[in-house]
Amino acid sequence: MYSDLVMDHFRNPRNVGELADADGVGQVGNPVCGDVMKLMIKVKGDRIEDVKFQTFGCGAAIATSSMVTEMVVGKTLKEALAISNKAVAEALGGLPATKMHCSKLAADALHKAIEDYDAKAKAS
Amino acid sequence: MSKTIYMDHAATTPVNPQVVEAMLPFFSQRFGNPSSVYALAQDARGAVEEARQAVADILGCSEREVIFTSGGTESDNIAVKGAAYGSQKSGNHIITSAIEHHAVLETCQHLERAGFEVTYLPVDEHGLVGVGDVERAITDRTILITIMLANNEVGTIEPIAEIGQLVKEWSRSKKKIAFHTDAVQGAGALDIGVEGLGVDMLSLSAHKFYGPKGVGIFYLRRGTVFTPQQSGGSQEKNRRAGTENVPGIVGAAEALKKAAGGREAYAQHCQGLRDRLIRGVLDGIDGAFLTGHPTRRLPNNASFCFPGVEGESILLSLDFEGVAGSSGSACTSASLEPSHVMLAMGIPVEVAHSSLRFSLGTDNTEEEVDYVISILPGIVKRLRAMSPLAAER
Repeated sequence: MYSDLVMDHFRNPRNVGELADADGVGQVGNPVCGDVMKLMIKVKGDRIEDVKFQTFGCGAAIATSSMVTEMVVGKTLKEALAISNKAVAEALGGLPATKMHCSKLAADALHKAIEDYDAKAKAS
Repeated sequence: MSKTIYMDHAATTPVNPQVVEAMLPFFSQRFGNPSSVYALAQDARGAVEEARQAVADILGCSEREVIFTSGGTESDNIAVKGAAYGSQKSGNHIITSAIEHHAVLETCQHLERAGFEVTYLPVDEHGLVGVGDVERAITDRTILITIMLANNEVGTIEPIAEIGQLVKEWSRSKKKIAFHTDAVQGAGALDIGVEGLGVDMLSLSAHKFYGPKGVGIFYLRRGTVFTPQQSGGSQEKNRRAGTENVPGIVGAAEALKKAAGGREAYAQHCQGLRDRLIRGVLDGIDGAFLTGHPTRRLPNNASFCFPGVEGESILLSLDFEGVAGSSGSACTSASLEPSHVMLAMGIPVEVAHSSLRFSLGTDNTEEEVDYVISILPGIVKRLRAMSPLAAER
């Protein structure tokens, strides 16, 4: 049901862990729904310098989290904001229809982390 | 991957090679249609009737009370719909439990839309239906009670004989109520004699006891009001239209004979492995707990929850190590809702997502159980370490 790439990202997730000094944090999902994603970014200038994630969820949730972190490293905030859930799913070689909401969560977590960074930047 | 360690026998079982052997002649040599008149056809008719008698002997009923179907789902469908539509004049109330298989639950919901009233009995934290609850739910409009013999997810064995006794007394003193049990998970491990259980209808599925897929058995006690649900020819004494699946029926009967003959040895083998697996898993993993009844459970069912991890992630990780199991997590279904069985037992939604079921079988060994016990803690630990929730707990 999953592509080899999804299985690879599930088995060897990239950028998993915590960023102690994150500039922006986005957490989405709900344990009641069975998946929670937390994405942390470190920003330098207008570029995402480092990113880490933590995910509670199914194989697709973990793989999409991993993929989205790979996609954003080195990107400008503007480029990162343009990453859609569809793009995440496509980068993984597609997802089963019932798992598309996982790719939405991954994109949402990224966008929320950037919003959080923007809000903090404005406040300081 | 070398050899799969298969621990999902509640999903399906491999067909016993001797059963395959018994089925083979009926595909291309003895292929006649049992409804035709010539010798080739009558040979197939003979095989079907022999199979029917063998099933009747095991169920302890008359061969006229055995109907072959396409599987457990069809048997459940025709039991519930057949009895409900057949008894419409005397009432419209059906009693079932909240933890039935979807084949029964969805059929009940279909009947609700058609104007029937359905009571979904709650279960206790072990998944047990209360006999007192059944009694209290009965009204003078009740026409059908359908409760499973054993639950497919957590293995809890329901008090069918006690409910059967209750229904019998009610039917004798007040008004006839039909009693059906979905025994799909029970065959091979439990006594499925229909007199002991006190049921009017019973559903079985051959592929759950080392028989072929696509064949079901439906027991219908003589005198039970029943409206056929499939229109067509007069097969199965006008109760189930359609040309008989002759090889499948021969295989189902052969498999059931083997299951009945080896029942005690099978139960003992599985139970030893089950208890070893339960002990090993609970000892090795923090926070893990057994779901279902601690003792009143199928001898081959070991089901757990591992709070803080999602079931499908565990299944995929086990699959990498060559182990096949099952989960009631939302992510293993299309519905995005976790198992209705876990929720009915009062397990919180977020914990229900972490369920995992191993169901053992004839070929499983102690070595395989020990292997699973050795890898599972690492899998749970890795997934918990990846979760943002673990730190918050």
